[in-house]
Amino acid sequence: MDDAASAADAIAAIAAGLAEHGYLPTRRIATALLLARELRKPILVEGPAGVGKTELAKAAGATFGLPLVRLQCYEGLDEAKALYEWKYGKQLLYTQILKDTFARHVEGAGAFDDAMERLRDVGDLFFSEQFLDERPLLRALRTPGGAVLLVDEVDKSDEEFEAFLLEVLSEFQVTIPEIGTVRALTPPLAVLTSNATRELGDALKRRCLHLALDYPDAAREERIVAARVPGIDARLRAQLVAFVQQLRAVELRKPPSIGETIDWARALVLLHAAELGAELVRETINVLLKYEDDVAVASAQSGALLAKARAAARAV
Amino acid sequence: MNAVVGFVAALRDAGVRISPAESIEALRALDAVGYEHRDVVRDALAVVLAKSAAEKIVFDDCFARYFGAPPRFDAGAAEGEDRTPGRDDALDAGAQASNSAGTAGGPGGGALARMLADGDRGALAAAIEAAAAETRLDIVRYPTQRNMAVQRILERLGHDQLLREIAALRRAEDARSGERAEGLERKRAALREHVRERVDRRLALATPANERRRDESLAAAPLRSLDASDVARMRSIARAMAKRLALRFGRRRKRRRRGLLDVKRTLRRAHAYGGVPFRPAWKHRKRHKTKLVVLCDVSGSVAAIAQFLLLVVYGLTEALDAIRAFAFTGRLFEVSEMFATQPVETAIARVLRAGAFGSSDYGGALTDFVREHSSAVDRRTVVVILGDARSNFGDPRIDLLELLHERAGRLVWLNPEHRSSWGSGDSEMLRYLPQCDAARVCASLADLERAVRDLVAPRR
Repeated sequence: MDDAASAADAIAAIAAGLAEHGYLPTRRIATALLLARELRKPILVEGPAGVGKTELAKAAGATFGLPLVRLQCYEGLDEAKALYEWKYGKQLLYTQILKDTFARHVEGAGAFDDAMERLRDVGDLFFSEQFLDERPLLRALRTPGGAVLLVDEVDKSDEEFEAFLLEVLSEFQVTIPEIGTVRALTPPLAVLTSNATRELGDALKRRCLHLALDYPDAAREERIVAARVPGIDARLRAQLVAFVQQLRAVELRKPPSIGETIDWARALVLLHAAELGAELVRETINVLLKYEDDVAVASAQSGALLAKARAAARAV
Repeated sequence: MNAVVGFVAALRDAGVRISPAESIEALRALDAVGYEHRDVVRDALAVVLAKSAAEKIVFDDCFARYFGAPPRFDAGAAEGEDRTPGRDDALDAGAQASNSAGTAGGPGGGALARMLADGDRGALAAAIEAAAAETRLDIVRYPTQRNMAVQRILERLGHDQLLREIAALRRAEDARSGERAEGLERKRAALREHVRERVDRRLALATPANERRRDESLAAAPLRSLDASDVARMRSIARAMAKRLALRFGRRRKRRRRGLLDVKRTLRRAHAYGGVPFRPAWKHRKRHKTKLVVLCDVSGSVAAIAQFLLLVVYGLTEALDAIRAFAFTGRLFEVSEMFATQPVETAIARVLRAGAFGSSDYGGALTDFVREHSSAVDRRTVVVILGDARSNFGDPRIDLLELLHERAGRLVWLNPEHRSSWGSGDSEMLRYLPQCDAARVCASLADLERAVRDLVAPRR
């Protein structure tokens, strides 16, 4: 009983925390974050572009007071770029500069074996912290007190990298041959995002909590706009959100995202618009739609959409 | 806990893949959030168990059905713990029912009659649940089994006994007994309804598994005997197939082999730094994806399979370097353009319409292809010809196929006819055969998948 009550409270607290940082979560989102922390599991967030996947990670970082470490994935990303690299240039530079020191060091060494023996320690020196170039994954593991690790657009990375990620995310430790195993003192809260350009491997999905984000409903979108664009007139807000909602129902190449709704709202506020009109929509629609075809489709229907949006806004 | 395990089983039946690790995770998640709030439980389970947007939909559906608002008699049915005592009750009830079989008509009547008369819903729900467990309701899968399952559960509950009691009360012919008989009869009908609901609930959970089985049998069905109503379903199977293949083979081409130094390139780069190998270059291994050229016979005899081949192939763009598609009956024409600009379905319909008339002429098609499009074929290309090789006794132009075979990386012939009829009548298949690197029978979606998998699988 106690347990349940505190869990509900904890979920509410997380939701409130996110809201405070400008992210209005559904209860499912807050629950997922709670579980991610409790079970120490990464969250995989899937959904179309612009529904606030990345934003969620940022807000979570702010809410829990953890630094955000971001790893942007792309085709060809490999362990070296994600985890660590040796500062090759620096190593070379040092060997060049220290040439004489080395010479002195091995001076008088008779046999080859002997010289090698003397140089062994030096070699270790070159593969030490000093020359270690920390990349996001390693940084997230080594941040004292934990961090929010945002692995953005995992679906863009290659399968090999996905497999590697699996290892890091399930054990929260990595092995650097020259140094040893690095284990996270506090496991980072990992948030993986995916636009589903390709299906992710089952193994990865199994190890993650899964959150499917979609475009918000009108009520939530209105609250989001209200939170992000404080200066906007309530009636305009209702109309604009209703319009965007209608627009998403139309078949478009790229439906407007939440981010674009907010941009549009900002643009309209800048223009001192009090109400959505046909003229205004035509002039500003390119904030919302980014393809020529989409603009054409939307313009053709804008009259009907506008009427519906007005009606919907009045109903609210 | 039983409830969760049962729910996981129901989800699996509905086609959601859940590993044992995930069900353990689900229990841990519930430990973390508690069982108090239904919505919180649903959210937590959704996050742990359903791993794609499609699965979320199935999940919500299943959750509503499994932990659905319990029907009146069914309170506590979802709670596993209640089940054990419930079972004992039912056993007792059964025992009592048989004991009191001879003494029907007494004020108490049989156990079932008593439960109904008392309106003891908890006990009744438990008894139904227990009877369901004993009659193995969990293996009931098909709607045709509904009545049988209902009957079995009712029997188990002591329904016969109840009927005898009602009959006895009616025979007694005094007003009070008559009233009681009526009351019992009404409750009996209600009970029957509840049992039926319980069985329906089970069936609703089991049906998706049926669909899956149907998909499997559809995939194996010969495409020529296609029912029009199945076409839509087949399309979706074909699309899933393409997705599966694309997922498997649509990987990157460049594979970095970490740690293998490309000496030549490193030295070349080193020139810029006074001979110091400042930026090492690593070796890459390039894996080429297949370039596909598809020649489809779209005359009536092959059209059915042709549309699915095109559907699958165009679902595969991710896994392929390039696709060019040609359709022919008598003349050959390129259809790549059409597929690039239109949704695959519309394009297929148009292609099939264009080729619907006329009889196939393989020699003519090959001539057209070699004359106009032979530049499409090089060593990295796989040429796929789909057709029954029935050339209506025209010149098959074996020499042109030989030419293609020499130029292409591979030449694969897919034939919807069974091997035994190759070469019969006007089929030139046996004469074309020596020019092909591979020839396959391709009569069902399953055949098609195997064939396409071979096409796009990387070769070493």
